[in-house]
Amino acid sequence: MDAPSTPIPGGIEGALDVTPQTRSRATYLEVLHDWVVTVDHKKIGLLYIGFALIFLVVAGLEAMAIRIQLAVPHNTFLDARSYNRMFTMHGTTMVFLVGMPILFGFGNYLVPLMIGARDMAFPRLNAFSFWVSAFAGIFLYFSFIGGLGLAGTGTAPDVAWFAYAPLTERPFSPGHNVDYWALALFASGVGSIGTAINILATVFCMRCPGMTLSRIPLLAWIYATVSFLVLVTISPLTAAQVMLLIDRYLGGHFFDTQAGGSAILWAHFFWIFGHPEVYVLVLPAFGFANEIIPVFSRKAIFGYPAMVAATVGIAFISLGVWAHHMFTIGMTSLGNTFFTLSTMLVSIPTGIKTFNWLATMWGGKLRFATPMLFSVGFLFQWVIAGLTGIMLSVSPWNWQLHNSYFVVAHFHYVLVGAILFMIFAAFYYWYPKMTGRMLSETLGKWHFWLMIVGFHLTFDVMHIPGLLGMPRQIYTYEPDRGWTLLNQIVTFGAVIQAVAMAIFVYNLVHSYFAGKLAGPDPWDAWTLEWSTPSPPPTYNFPVDPVVASRRPLWDLKHPEDPDSAFE
Amino acid sequence: MSTVPLQHESLAATWRLPSRGRVGMASLIVAECAIFTIFVVAYIYYMGRDVSGPKPHDVLEVPILGTVCLLSSSFFIWLAEHAIAHGNMRSFRIWWAVTFLLGAIFLGTTAQEWHKLITVDHLTISTNLFGTTYYSLVGLHATHVVVGLILLLTVLLFALAGKVRPRHSERVQVLALYWHFVDAVWVVVFTLVYLVGR
Amino acid sequence: MLWNVARSRCLSCATLLVWPHWPGNIFSTSSTPAREVHGLSIFILIITGGIFIGVASLLVFALVRFRHRTGDMTEPPQVFGSMQIELAWTIIPILLIIVLFLGTARVIFAVQDAPKPTSALDVTVVGHQFWWEFRYPKYNVVTANELHVPLSDPQSPTPTFLKLTSADVIHSFWIPRLAGKTDLLPNRVNEMWVDPHEPGLFLGQCAQFCGTQHAKMLLRVYVDSPQDFQRWIAQQQQAQQSGTPDPGDVAANRPESSDAITPEQGRRVFEEQACMNCHTISGTAANGRFGPDLTHLMSRATIAAGIVPNTPENLRIWITAPDELKPGSLMPAMHLNELQNAQLVAYLTTLR
Ligand code: HEA
Ligand code: HEA
Ligand code: HEC
Ligand code: CUA
Ligand SMILES: [Cu+2]
Repeated sequence: MDAPSTPIPGGIEGALDVTPQTRSRATYLEVLHDWVVTVDHKKIGLLYIGFALIFLVVAGLEAMAIRIQLAVPHNTFLDARSYNRMFTMHGTTMVFLVGMPILFGFGNYLVPLMIGARDMAFPRLNAFSFWVSAFAGIFLYFSFIGGLGLAGTGTAPDVAWFAYAPLTERPFSPGHNVDYWALALFASGVGSIGTAINILATVFCMRCPGMTLSRIPLLAWIYATVSFLVLVTISPLTAAQVMLLIDRYLGGHFFDTQAGGSAILWAHFFWIFGHPEVYVLVLPAFGFANEIIPVFSRKAIFGYPAMVAATVGIAFISLGVWAHHMFTIGMTSLGNTFFTLSTMLVSIPTGIKTFNWLATMWGGKLRFATPMLFSVGFLFQWVIAGLTGIMLSVSPWNWQLHNSYFVVAHFHYVLVGAILFMIFAAFYYWYPKMTGRMLSETLGKWHFWLMIVGFHLTFDVMHIPGLLGMPRQIYTYEPDRGWTLLNQIVTFGAVIQAVAMAIFVYNLVHSYFAGKLAGPDPWDAWTLEWSTPSPPPTYNFPVDPVVASRRPLWDLKHPEDPDSAFE
Repeated sequence: MSTVPLQHESLAATWRLPSRGRVGMASLIVAECAIFTIFVVAYIYYMGRDVSGPKPHDVLEVPILGTVCLLSSSFFIWLAEHAIAHGNMRSFRIWWAVTFLLGAIFLGTTAQEWHKLITVDHLTISTNLFGTTYYSLVGLHATHVVVGLILLLTVLLFALAGKVRPRHSERVQVLALYWHFVDAVWVVVFTLVYLVGR
Repeated sequence: MLWNVARSRCLSCATLLVWPHWPGNIFSTSSTPAREVHGLSIFILIITGGIFIGVASLLVFALVRFRHRTGDMTEPPQVFGSMQIELAWTIIPILLIIVLFLGTARVIFAVQDAPKPTSALDVTVVGHQFWWEFRYPKYNVVTANELHVPLSDPQSPTPTFLKLTSADVIHSFWIPRLAGKTDLLPNRVNEMWVDPHEPGLFLGQCAQFCGTQHAKMLLRVYVDSPQDFQRWIAQQQQAQQSGTPDPGDVAANRPESSDAITPEQGRRVFEEQACMNCHTISGTAANGRFGPDLTHLMSRATIAAGIVPNTPENLRIWITAPDELKPGSLMPAMHLNELQNAQLVAYLTTLR
């Protein structure tokens, strides 16, 4: 917003706990101890976010290595094995150690605040889940130096993030790299399931008086749905990892094709997890959009019930589309037809969401502060990404596009263009709440515009080599295929993205010490988290709030036109 | 210091929410169902696909005793739940102990079965597809029984020490929910492994 | 490095100018399955493009029209939803999806369930880490990495039906200009077909990550005129005579000739070393199945799955140190001496 410190209209002061927080000096050791043993949902949320940010930089640097290697044909920057490790670790890290933790982090931080609760339902389970996930991340990265081989020649996994059988079986992957992969994902799965149980119990059992299910912020609805999806999709992945470990350690034959086992079974198990997983990642991004777009359009979200229905609808449809990752594996024509149709059906609820965001902006008074800029970028890129998804779901076309760079472009369009963009928006929006200070708007604009340019250079262009027959997961390519120039542009775009990210990281650190003070409600927003000081005290709300509508702070700020009069 | 004006007193007074213990356990059970589904699917998928023996029909016997014990334990734990809800701590302890015993007998019969399969029939987890899927599915269930028994035993010890009170009724019910789930899964596993798959 | 960059720049610019001749362009098709997909993809592109233009214009309009004007302190009217409008944007996508789906379903069945004419040629493709084995059961021909198929005249089509399977992990067979890809799985046989309408060389490569050298599991398909194809088959059917000591030639049987660089000596090395455990050369004792069939090695333009031209120099490098050309390939360095290598090359280059 142009003037973040807009005075809060009359009446609201009374609603705020503005007691200054007195901070006594603590030694570093005490602070550390405090963070390690904490069960406060806000601190755990921040731990998740910090952890994910570190891995975002790590996996981003891996992506840079990938891009440098592919900039020219027959490059020798990385050898075949290191390259395979790079993209496996990049994919695995981005999905399990960046995407999931950062979303759980925001969920942990925001859900209790938004529903007027003082903490999560099971604070200790919450801490346990975080530390298990953190352990999983460190364990996975230990594979670089652990396992077989001398120092520096460790055995990081090199079987791609979907780790198709039987490549992962002992005869084809001796050594310990696949074990690291399977055990790390197993541990991270346990952590995710724990957090999901916690969020579900929080949303259903910890709401403040008056916060009926039809009044909770859409973000809380989304986190409840996501948690349900995590329960029914991460569990199959965990089960499949157990089977893989049984094969590798106990000589089982689940995926051992020589003993009659099946390679397709793993593919099914992985994608039964893998497809809903991508909605686990994207739904929270939708959640952020549901909170941010209305505030910066100065209008209530359009069609709240439809948004809830669409969220739940996406979750259910997404459970029945997994085999669109397997159109080339040799399904019958009937199977291909079915999964084409079910996949296309997802676009109906997502379309409803997209149009409702547009309708929210329609007739509003849009203020282009950085969170809104990123949200607009998200909206635009989401539509393109979704439409390339529709192209991929056309199974005959998928026979051409599958495992080509077109697919890589499609999913980065969603994962970076939609999810990462919304995560950035969420940072700019909630950072003031979390730290008490605003992020710099100037740096934010630089970040946004560089990101837009870098993103489109990278991922728009990346579609074309796919259409020209360039498969993914290749460490090098032949110069006579005509992919070279395109790959150079892609690499150049990635460099610009890296600069943008560096600005972002700098902004995070710099503003923590030197940012403008935020005050409790810098964006003139309407949900309960803005009724507490920034950062909120440990107990969140000194007295349980009581609400009568979806926008309690709107009611307070506009007693002449309260939402509660319409509900 | 003040908060959002409490202009809806009546609302606050009648505000009721589900118990988080129950919601948490229900969520856990959903996740567990998904895990079992995957193992069950693998079992079905590999039924009759072995390239070498032994085959289920040759080596498996229907574990009637264990099944009766496990399924009836569900009934006894229900009695125990009932007892504690009505503050009847003596019968609670008895029914709880009976549940634990029946569960332990079930585990014993499974152990015996495995012992026979390994020493007599030479079927291990690495013998063939049947071995792999059988041991992992039944073993997964047995693991849940073990966890359940440890929890039952903990409560039993506390109960014998007089530390369990009627006000713990709800927690006991949450635990009983888990035990009912373990029983229900056995119905599926039993039907699949010993009736359909044999 | 710099030279590399410069050279590849020029190459890219040159290839930009000849867009339709990009070897892997899925829009430059030359066989019925690929052509069907091409047609469908244009149809889908038009509809999705239309949707994009529609949504993007609404978005841009909203961004411009509903900007906040400085100084305006009032809130806009609050609208919470509208049944009619929301219904409209549920129903329109449903209709669009019906259209997209019906168009797709037609092509799925047209390609996947196409009847197999009796004139069809059968080829079995076996994927290996990291090379391709092609078997022509009817002709009793086995070859590797370079597939030959006959041109198919639309008037009297002679399509090629491929049975796909794998000896180890999952691979995927993909020649973009001929057909979409189909995976090769161990323990399973998949099917696909092509009916090329234009002769020439078609390039592709393995499209499923299958291990270290997945990137260098290239694939070459030669579409031959029917006469050329028959000639090729006839040549492949011959057993290999090269290196057989001619009983009349006493020179070959003289003891000191064991360090002569001749095909005969090369053949001897081949049969004495482990080569024959992995490779087949019909007409000799070598009948290994782990590596490519070498019977008519010299009829192939490239070696090691298309990564380098089949020249004596490359053959020498390959058998001395396969890792130099393809690190991680499953052919071991055999640690033979210079002489043996030279003899082997002398032999291999006669395997026409
Ligand atoms: C968060 C991540 C995310 C999201 C949200 C999506 C969303 C979608 N994805 Fe994507 N996808 C991935 C991440 C994601 N995907 C990843 C990671 C992979 C690769 C995995 C791997 O192989 O490594 C993948 C791969 C992938 C494939 C397999 C490709 C292949 O390997 O061959 C397919 C095929 O159907 C597909 C389809 C779709 C579709 C139809 C959607 C839909 O949800 C999109 C719906 C949205 C819209 C359609 C736009 C908005 C709607 C409207 C404007 C209404 C009007 C529109 C119509 C009527 C059409 N995706
Ligand atoms: C959330 C998920 C996510 C995100 C955000 C990204 C981000 C990026 N990805 Fe990734 N990607 C995946 C998920 C993701 N990816 C997955 C799942 C795969 C499939 C893996 C597989 O096939 O197994 C994949 C595969 C993949 C490939 C294909 C590899 C192959 O098949 O051979 C490529 C190639 O270009 C690529 C590139 C990039 C690039 C350039 C970015 C960029 O957007 C990244 C930009 C980020 C940075 C550059 C961070 C750098 C930060 C700094 C420099 C800050 C430094 C500051 C300080 C130290 C203070 N990715
Ligand atoms: C352990 C098995 C093994 C042994 C022993 C072996 N090879 Fe190979 N060979 C292979 C494999 C596997 C390939 C395919 C490698 C690839 O393309 O990835 C191959 C490829 C080749 C090729 C290229 C074939 C083509 O059409 O691309 C030649 C030539 C060759 N080997 C010659 C030899 C010679 C000569 C010897 C003995 C000195 C030998 N091989 C020993 C396994 C073996
Ligand atoms: Cu074979 Cu990739
Ligand atoms: Cu998917």
